[in-house]
Amino acid sequence: MSGGTLIVGAGQAGVQVAISLRANGDEQPVTIIGAEPYLPYQRPPLSKAFLATAATPESLAFRVRSFYQEQRIELICGQTVEELALDPAGAPGSGHAVTDRGTRVAFDRLALAVGARPRRLDLPGSDLRGVYYLRNINDAIALRAHFASARRAVVIGGGFIGLEIAATARTRGLSVTVVEAAGRLLSRSVAPVISDFYRQAHLRHDVDIRVGVTITGLSGVGGQVRQVEFSDRTQSDADLVVIGVGISPRTELAEHLGLVCKGGIMVDSFSRTSNPSVVAAGDCTVFPSPVTGNGLVRLESVDNAISQARVAAATLLGAPQAYQGVPWFWSDQYDLKLQTAGLSIGHDSYITRGDPASEKFSVLYYKNGALCAVDAINHAADYIAVRRALSLGMTIDPEIACDPSIKLKELIGR
Amino acid sequence: MPKVIYVAGDGSERIVQAELNDSVMEAATKNGVPGIIAECGGNCSCATCHVYVRADFRAQAGPPGDLEDDLLELGVSERRCGSRLSCQIRMTESLDGLIVDIPRQQP
Repeated sequence: MSGGTLIVGAGQAGVQVAISLRANGDEQPVTIIGAEPYLPYQRPPLSKAFLATAATPESLAFRVRSFYQEQRIELICGQTVEELALDPAGAPGSGHAVTDRGTRVAFDRLALAVGARPRRLDLPGSDLRGVYYLRNINDAIALRAHFASARRAVVIGGGFIGLEIAATARTRGLSVTVVEAAGRLLSRSVAPVISDFYRQAHLRHDVDIRVGVTITGLSGVGGQVRQVEFSDRTQSDADLVVIGVGISPRTELAEHLGLVCKGGIMVDSFSRTSNPSVVAAGDCTVFPSPVTGNGLVRLESVDNAISQARVAAATLLGAPQAYQGVPWFWSDQYDLKLQTAGLSIGHDSYITRGDPASEKFSVLYYKNGALCAVDAINHAADYIAVRRALSLGMTIDPEIACDPSIKLKELIGR
Repeated sequence: MPKVIYVAGDGSERIVQAELNDSVMEAATKNGVPGIIAECGGNCSCATCHVYVRADFRAQAGPPGDLEDDLLELGVSERRCGSRLSCQIRMTESLDGLIVDIPRQQP
């Protein structure tokens, strides 16, 4: 009897593996095991629209339940895999899993799309009530409920999650302080020019931004957080604290299977782990940088989850196709939409098109004279033009592009 | 619930009962209509929910917004009259019976 494919993890990557298997004509059983009780759902809105409104969990679902039935994708939601083993005597990649509720699933093929958990800060007082992390629907529901009564928020971490939460909290009328340990906001993701822009944007919205500062402790009254102490020996009142300092990939199952993990499950451009019959996709993975070809990167994005998942499905079906395509990403804060394409890591020059003060501009990044990425704020035309140029393997002459009155689409072929 | 009719490249139709205020994209993806991919979940960032609105419904559906227009310009396989990103069309009772054609290829 065929056990088909087991996908561990029901996030963006896990669901995409299942959809891609079916889209590629796979007729074998497909089972997804996910830890959360909800229909598989989109995470990006959790720090944006979902947090700002009274939207229901159902509104985030990728697909309605009947879709999975029609596609014969078995969903096991609200259970975690406690036992996972490959069968040394069976076909490569085959084995079985057992969940915390005792559900047993035999499989011929295995995909790990186990995602990540928020990196925890081990600080005095970090277990007080009113201290939140944000990763899943329940976190977002708890946080937005507290927004209704809270007055002063401190957001620890000036990355995309922290800044999106800060913008939402500000929009909901809280006073907000953002604390970032690095010397600038978004330092892992964007160039200093964009960091400066976001710093200014948040200052215009009366957010207190403190960079190069860490938290030394939290204190409370009656078990509820009341104050945050900073490394510069200042402090701030706070009745709500959100910690957004990055993620830790869930590598336990992979390690248990003996797969190589280095800050994530290591995969190649075919989404193969160190055991080539087991694939992995999404936030749980690291892979050789597509830019430099060496070093390991983790791309925490919807785009990467979908792209790796498609590749993973093709690999499982024995028709491998290497990961291609131009990475892209977006962030919504206030009425600022950032759209980014390509990877600016390792760029050696950039040009700015338009005036950041106008809140509509773009930054084109170059490496060795060749276009490598764009960060566009409220400027979809530049975003899509660069995305297209990169997908065609083209560059855009910076000498010409630095004139913002010239449309980039006129500099690339259709 | 207003109805949307999605017509695939081979002429086959899928009829979906949309929730009011859902976008034409959401009505499609939630029900697994093939050809509406919508990677970004409705953020006007991926251009993979491109549709052609049939002529009878174009006035009611309205023209693309600025951001959407930019994506349609370079982000889709073939822009035509009636091209819209379906994530940007909200379903109302007055759009009941909306017919959209799905491109043979999303980017």
